[in-house]
Amino acid sequence: MSGELLSHSIDSVRDDLLRKRFSAVEFTRKALETAERENPKTNAYLMFSAERALAAAERVDEKIAAGDDPGPLGGVPVAVKDVILTKGVRTTCASKLLADYIPPYDATAVERIEAAGGVIIGKTNCDEFAMGSSNENSAFGPVRNPIAPDRVPGGSSGGSAAVVAQGTAVVSLGSDTGGSIRQPASFCGITGVTPTYGRVSRYGLVAFASSLDHIGPFARTVKDAATVLEVIAGRDPLDSTSAEAPVPNFAAHMNGDVRGMKIGVPTEYMKHGTGETAELINKAIGSLRQLGCEVRDISLPATDYAVATYYIIATAEASSNLARYDGVRYTFRSQNADTLSAMYQKTRDEGFGAEVKRRIMLGTYVLSHGYYDAYYLKAQKVRALIARDFTNAFRIVDAVIAPVSPFPAFRLGEKINDPMEMYLSDIYTITGSLAGIPCMSVPCGNTSEGLPVGLQILCDHFDELKMFRLASAFERR
Amino acid sequence: MKITEKEVRYVANLANLALTEEEVERMVHDLSSILKHMDRIAEIDTEDVAPMAQVLYEAGETATLRPDIERAPLGNESALANAPLAGSGCFKVPKVIER
Repeated sequence: MSGELLSHSIDSVRDDLLRKRFSAVEFTRKALETAERENPKTNAYLMFSAERALAAAERVDEKIAAGDDPGPLGGVPVAVKDVILTKGVRTTCASKLLADYIPPYDATAVERIEAAGGVIIGKTNCDEFAMGSSNENSAFGPVRNPIAPDRVPGGSSGGSAAVVAQGTAVVSLGSDTGGSIRQPASFCGITGVTPTYGRVSRYGLVAFASSLDHIGPFARTVKDAATVLEVIAGRDPLDSTSAEAPVPNFAAHMNGDVRGMKIGVPTEYMKHGTGETAELINKAIGSLRQLGCEVRDISLPATDYAVATYYIIATAEASSNLARYDGVRYTFRSQNADTLSAMYQKTRDEGFGAEVKRRIMLGTYVLSHGYYDAYYLKAQKVRALIARDFTNAFRIVDAVIAPVSPFPAFRLGEKINDPMEMYLSDIYTITGSLAGIPCMSVPCGNTSEGLPVGLQILCDHFDELKMFRLASAFERR
Repeated sequence: MKITEKEVRYVANLANLALTEEEVERMVHDLSSILKHMDRIAEIDTEDVAPMAQVLYEAGETATLRPDIERAPLGNESALANAPLAGSGCFKVPKVIER
């Protein structure tokens, strides 16, 4: 039996199942065995969900035996970031505070994956509460990049990127608040998609910054990523910010010609560009020209204020969202407190890691009396300017392209002691997050050291189809 | 902006965090360096710009309303299942009122 997950796509799993080369249960067992065996190399999985996976696989086999369609993800092994709730399967947010938390319900995205025949084989490591750009902020140890084990896989969805790159899952779900899907996809040499804000329900995604949080897919091909997005996208009554917008059949319509497509390159993003990342992005621009795209310079003037704006808004929202972890409802309670208020305070100090505490402090500060107007309200206004920059850009271009990260995967420990430097590395991804537009990372080559670099493609709200069309043409270049 | 040790303690109290002495010291250093960067947003002109609290898209006025249909609730037992301490169908906490 062909059990090498790395060689499989969603379509190949489906073909092999329908041709009875193997059953979904056999394939799932093999996937679990491979993932468990390979995991010590990366620490990408925190938890395997064998029972649930085999039950899902049995349902797929029953459908096939009955001559029914097993669904667009029929029998496909899927990994899910551990900030997305899975009923009955421990969900920790990579935090000591939720180390024993067993969700009483499923996230809508998880429900839709299984309804489409997907087999969830495990939960992946990440930065605690999705706060970080290197996956080093996990209470359960960092993830190693499968391409270069002395380097980070990126973050915060480092585990979900690593399992797809390593071949211990076919596709995975991550979450992106300021780049947490695109940056690890770029560091691990795979495709990662942050859909339009509201495209995918956030129900069951543990809240970090509600106006910025997205769920999105990782895959080894643009087509697989598009297929997963199509499955999880669409209005959900349980998330009032999820959009009514119709979901196109992405995979069926993404192979069109991109000749004449107008592409903007923001001058603000390229001015710091040095080294091999910039060279690879320039090479990608050349390829897009060869495909017949019209590439031109554009300006996104508010870019210089994006990091400050993002870290004010995201931490403000986080400080409010994380107030719920008070030692009463969610598993962990400090045993070193006698009074109620000491119990709250010690539970939070003992349960949260350093980066989460830093962000709660920052968010509380920018919302506090005397600073609200100068920081939080001002940042919301600058956010409007950043969004307006993109609105203006999409009047003259179909898509914007940019680097994902200023540099490829860095070494474990290299940046962890300087939080501001780590935040600045998010410069190219947070602008799209603040505007709420769809954006993705697609591999565009490797550095001389063999480290992958991603090209970022950004399109207007709900224009994922155009984004996939461009990514798919670039992938086939 | 440079944040003082006193402000760090004040904010930690607002955030219900019992920081250790070492954490307070580290926080003074880290938050000062981050806020110094954040202060740059004062430079950009936002006169007449409405604050953006949420990503907006075209939708009907009642798009966020769901039909008023009963749904099974989570249930007492499931809701309490993750509590560190529960009993008699309630969350248990340390004594609030001292005798």
